Amino acid sequence: MEIYFTKEHEWVKVKEGVALVGITEHAAHQLGDVTFVELPKVGKVVKQFEVLAAIESVKAASDIYAPVSGTVTQVNEALEERPEIVNEAAEDAGWMAIMDMEDPAELQKLMTRDQYDEYVRSLG
Amino acid sequence: MEPLKNTPLCAEHEKLNALMAPFGGWNMPIQYEGIIAEHRWCREKAALFDICHMGEFHFKGDIVASGLEDVFTFSVKSIPVGRSRYGFLLNENGGVIDDLIVFRLADDEAMVVVNAATIEKDFAAISARLCGGEFRDISAETGKLDLQGPLSREVLSGVVGPEIAAIPYFKFIRTKVLGVDAIVSRTGYTGELGYEIFLPAEKSAELWTRFLSDERVKPAGLGARDVLRLEMGYSLYGSDIDEATTPLEAGLEAFVNFDKAFVGKEALLKQRAEGVKRLKVAFDVTSRRSPRHDYEIHFEGERVGTVTSGVFSPMLGCGIGMGYVNPSVATLGAPLTITHEKVSMEATVVELPFYRGGSLRS
Repeated sequence: MEIYFTKEHEWVKVKEGVALVGITEHAAHQLGDVTFVELPKVGKVVKQFEVLAAIESVKAASDIYAPVSGTVTQVNEALEERPEIVNEAAEDAGWMAIMDMEDPAELQKLMTRDQYDEYVRSLG
Repeated sequence: MEPLKNTPLCAEHEKLNALMAPFGGWNMPIQYEGIIAEHRWCREKAALFDICHMGEFHFKGDIVASGLEDVFTFSVKSIPVGRSRYGFLLNENGGVIDDLIVFRLADDEAMVVVNAATIEKDFAAISARLCGGEFRDISAETGKLDLQGPLSREVLSGVVGPEIAAIPYFKFIRTKVLGVDAIVSRTGYTGELGYEIFLPAEKSAELWTRFLSDERVKPAGLGARDVLRLEMGYSLYGSDIDEATTPLEAGLEAFVNFDKAFVGKEALLKQRAEGVKRLKVAFDVTSRRSPRHDYEIHFEGERVGTVTSGVFSPMLGCGIGMGYVNPSVATLGAPLTITHEKVSMEATVVELPFYRGGSLRS
């Protein structure tokens, strides 16, 4: 399974046209205690870099953008009761949505792990 | 823009890897371990706050002849020695220059504790109203640590002595702490049993370290402090009250004594006779979503006001907030809709405080 990152701090793990989406550990750390996640509806069709979901912490509210275009087929309902899972395991159990990808070529617009780590370092 | 000021505890915060951010012109710790963990620790154990940024003024002289009696919305002369009182410094329009606490140190001596961002304007406003007495800004030389939480009495007894156990709510004692003169006051801003300790600024780091050597104590930042105060429905100066707000609009008339003279009294009497045009309400949200400062408040499809404070309440498990609305909808149980851009949340007007399980009166 390959993983890619956006400049807005989302990650996407891709396997056979199916994309698992969440926010990065860096983003979760920056947000602080996550208190609410507004998950997308199953069936939602979204274009790459459009708003997919929303997340709130004690400190701030932010949008989450779709790393790829596609259709949402499943959401992580556990986050409705326990949004703090995003802080505990942002790049694992804190996933937010599974999408059927529309265009694998879009992955070229995303960053690899090394590129993302470098990008985060550049943010200071 | 002036550079941010540091409290005497800045190096301690850095040692603890605190997340620092500007607050009222000061470089302050927002969180250490995390806002919710610190909030919970304060509700269950004892949390330590660096409040050295707040301002303190010292007055010595005849309280009535100097004019001090007429400066605030409450009577200073009637505060018994050893007690403190909360109230307001108002402008001519009845707007709140600051909310503050006066400590009656002696018959002819008082300490005024004010918000950090308003130190200069408060000092100027009070000085301008005095015609006698000696009035000094002692903020720079005064350190202030707040120890708050159900275990704060036990912890503080071990540091200061058992005499602190006898201090009732809103009373204080003058005593020795770490061998120097200090004031230990049974006040706070969290809804828990707690104390505020005023001591020489140069001793604050030593006291900070001493408290933190006790495993029942953890440091808490301004993030947790905001959640704690909002769960109690306490107003925050600059968010919920300011110079464009009167105590009547803020629902804080209990801290205004109309039987005495004070600047702004005529404006308040006029407002009371005419009726306020907006009123502060508290509301809880039906979801975990947080209302935030400047979000819009709607009632039956119409915009009726603006949110001034809001947060997710860990104790209630939902969003809570305060804001100003048209008085016609300021009734308990009124259904509100809070909106911001594409965010919308349902809310209900409720009584304060939001959280009633604290150890405040223990």
